[in-house]
Amino acid sequence: MTNLTHLTIEQALKGLDKKEFTAVELTQAHIKAMEKFRSLNAYIVETPEIALKQAAESDKRRAGGKAGLLDGIPLGIKDLFCTEGVQTTAASKILEGFKPQYESTVTANLFRDGAVMLGKTNLDEFAMGSSNTTSAFGNVINPWKRKGDNTDLVPGGSSGGSSAAVAARICMGATGTDTGGSIRQPAAFCGITGIKPTYGRCSRWGVVAFASSLDQAGPFARTVKDNALLLRSMAGYDAKDSTSADRPVPDYAAAMTGNIKGLKIGVPKEYRVDGMPAEIEKMWQQGIEWLKAAGAEIVDVSLPHTKYALPVYYIIAPAEASSNLARYDGVRYGQRVTSGKDLKDMYQKTRAEGFGEEVRRRILVGTYVLSAGYYDAYYIKAQRVRRLIYNDFMSAFEKCDVLLTPTAPSAAFPIGENEDDPVKMYLNDVFTVTGNLAGLPGLALPAGLDAKGLPLGLQLLGRPWGEETLFNVAGVIEKAANFTALPESVQKAA
Amino acid sequence: MTYQIQGEKGTWEVVIGMEVHAQVIAESKLFSGAAASFGAEPNSQVSLVDAAMPGMLPVLNEYCVEQAIRTGLGLNAQINKTSVFERKNYFYPDLPQGYQISQFLHPIVGKGEIEIDLPDGSAKTIGITRLHLEQDAGKSVHDQHPTKSYVDLNRSGCALMEIVSEPDIRSPDEATAYLSKLRMILRYLDTCDGNMEEGSMRADVNISVRRPGDGLGTRCEVKNVNSLKAVQQAIEYEAQRQVEIIEGGGTINQETRLWDPAKQETRSMRSKEEAHDYRYFPDPDLLPLHVADTWIERVRETLPELPDQKKHRFMKDFGLSAYDANVLIAERVRADYYETVAKGRDAKLAANWVLNELLGALNKDNKSISESTIAAGQLGALVDLISDNTISGKIAKDVFAEMYKSGKDPVQIVEEKGLKQVTDTGAIEKIVDEVIAENPDNVAAYRSGKDKLFGFFVGQVMKKSQGKANPNIINELLKKKLSP
Repeated sequence: MTNLTHLTIEQALKGLDKKEFTAVELTQAHIKAMEKFRSLNAYIVETPEIALKQAAESDKRRAGGKAGLLDGIPLGIKDLFCTEGVQTTAASKILEGFKPQYESTVTANLFRDGAVMLGKTNLDEFAMGSSNTTSAFGNVINPWKRKGDNTDLVPGGSSGGSSAAVAARICMGATGTDTGGSIRQPAAFCGITGIKPTYGRCSRWGVVAFASSLDQAGPFARTVKDNALLLRSMAGYDAKDSTSADRPVPDYAAAMTGNIKGLKIGVPKEYRVDGMPAEIEKMWQQGIEWLKAAGAEIVDVSLPHTKYALPVYYIIAPAEASSNLARYDGVRYGQRVTSGKDLKDMYQKTRAEGFGEEVRRRILVGTYVLSAGYYDAYYIKAQRVRRLIYNDFMSAFEKCDVLLTPTAPSAAFPIGENEDDPVKMYLNDVFTVTGNLAGLPGLALPAGLDAKGLPLGLQLLGRPWGEETLFNVAGVIEKAANFTALPESVQKAA
Repeated sequence: MTYQIQGEKGTWEVVIGMEVHAQVIAESKLFSGAAASFGAEPNSQVSLVDAAMPGMLPVLNEYCVEQAIRTGLGLNAQINKTSVFERKNYFYPDLPQGYQISQFLHPIVGKGEIEIDLPDGSAKTIGITRLHLEQDAGKSVHDQHPTKSYVDLNRSGCALMEIVSEPDIRSPDEATAYLSKLRMILRYLDTCDGNMEEGSMRADVNISVRRPGDGLGTRCEVKNVNSLKAVQQAIEYEAQRQVEIIEGGGTINQETRLWDPAKQETRSMRSKEEAHDYRYFPDPDLLPLHVADTWIERVRETLPELPDQKKHRFMKDFGLSAYDANVLIAERVRADYYETVAKGRDAKLAANWVLNELLGALNKDNKSISESTIAAGQLGALVDLISDNTISGKIAKDVFAEMYKSGKDPVQIVEEKGLKQVTDTGAIEKIVDEVIAENPDNVAAYRSGKDKLFGFFVGQVMKKSQGKANPNIINELLKKKLSP
């Protein structure tokens, strides 16, 4: 039997169909690998009992000829998705011990198609962060290391547990959420593939909200096609989410024809930022060459309002978060500090102790920008600029079909770096927030290693509902890049 | 008649605007599927959305929107085709989300107006500024435990309409007339039950005073006015208080005040400086609400006849006075009842029976017309018996009393008790002759000019016939036989 944890989802589904192994065996292999890589702290809660039970049921379904699209595939679930009866924390102390009585629509969709849950993956607290260092349950460690250097690196954030787990082969795929880059940036840092679909594609029902107008769920996996398979199951209209789109879910994998002849690839000049490492610039150019070689046409485009995207994002996202997080008051669920001398004191102590520093910072910023006298200058102005950013993209998409950009301005950095300066940390999202502000689909995939042996990613941004084109173009890059590198620790384990 | 306050230094005018919160009649809440009925066990009608569990999202209840449109049309108001739900942020244990979903800059209903009826019989138009939809909060219960407060979330998320008037109201009477008329319209539309005791209709009153002809003064908002009487008293008190402050050289602070019905006074709740900063912003979980013209028209077609239209029709078609028409249209069921009684009959006679007899009896028993033992058809049958001379109006009152007690049909009562009017001239003539023979002195007196004694003879004949003799025949015969 081959090393089951190194299979892609596509290969595993074939193997299960051919009875080369069972879903229980596949799950057991992952549970064993999870134990070995526990030091990465990728999971907040492991759920081996649930996984084995689901796997056994999956084997029965497959034997009965009733296997679903993802039957028997073991996944990690970002701990922002509410899972019925299983602790859901959003990596916050304030929700420690909270067990929802309901299943988020996205995870319910995955289970409907037979997926197996290995556990709840770690993340930045309330998905606020780019390094997975704000979790109340400890940092996640990237399985990748710089060549000849044992320093622990961040896996990116906020979905750092999911990306580290997929890269470390301790799940075949994982769910993530992306509010400003929380799927794409960790995918880049961990050398895997992830997609944030169009806003409204996946239901937000049952996902702990960070910034409602930006949050969108999406998958992580090790190949483009695996992402296509996962997204097909996760996506879909949900009447319980008023911002969910009532449109059919295509067979994304079928869109991966490999033919991109005549497709126009836009290269936005504003994504060449100061101080960006030459290696990233080189990687970007390499991506352009690959697509050109495959018959695509390269078009220079301009997105003039790009420089405002980060400040706009850091007004709108905290504003919504300050309101979304008001419900964590210790009254109905989660942690409450009981020593308060009156109601106000109880609120203050509960929230001061329950929320970490970064969450408190964003609540303060958000409260400030919404307050009387500042609302017009910050929030309203930010919304106007957000519209301009959207218009930029729409103009660009009159000249091209897809945009190609780097995913992040750097490779994975050591834990602790950028910690002293939140604004520096926020710069990690510079290429990704635009997609959230405009609601566009964005896919990140690994394109190669830098000189230190760390993966670098490329990002594709598409028109609204243009996921099929993204998957098709990404498939072409994936083939050309032939990214087969593994973190050293994973090689050793294999 | 102008309402004015005589201060020590001259006369003052009161300017009043009202903010009414009306709970929408709907099966379920504004953004969740939980039941919205009153009086259930605490926390038995709470969905995951109402409790603001993590990841829960609001979904707008289409019926509540339709009720708001219906109300807007009933208030002769403009329906805004695009409106926006915003979050009003503040912390309180009975507000699970930490914000109330409300409408702020873009309400669903814009300017409108209603006509109010004043005690002196005149009418006045009061402008409606806006109507918006919002969520109700839950209820905090502080009197069940010495150190703890309890929270009941049944009401949390129920749909409210906040209806804001222009500052067009000038007296306590106008204020209560406004509330009564608004309540009447809401009940006709079946969009709010208007029950102030159960809190399904609550009013905040904005009060300021000024010298007649001056611009608007600084207002105070008075809360906790939960009945028409409280509205009246609170305005009288608050206006007087403001006059005394200004005449004493002071200024009015814009603030929120609370009406204390026990002490009969308003007192400061929070000043403008202490007012919350609600940090309104559009709720990103909800898209802007677009209402199609076709929907508005569909709702317009289902509108019932409204109180003012009905009143004018009753006056025109049935020849009723404005006063009688106002009493009859006060409730839709009452007006419907009256119309059933009046249909095909003497409308004025029908009005008399509904107003004087039926409503009189019901009022005495503190009952509403829907609790009446007498069905409209039965009262109509009674009117028929009077009109076709089967019974006299006097006998009819007895029959009515019996109907009211037993719920029996009037025809049955008349038959069982043998109350049919005697119209046999021969039989009545015999009684008339007897009465004349038995009272020679009175006959003589009458003939000598004491006309008033005629009534005595009618009474005697009636008495002997046990009230059944037809009064017209008695009159005729007596006149003939008594004439000298």
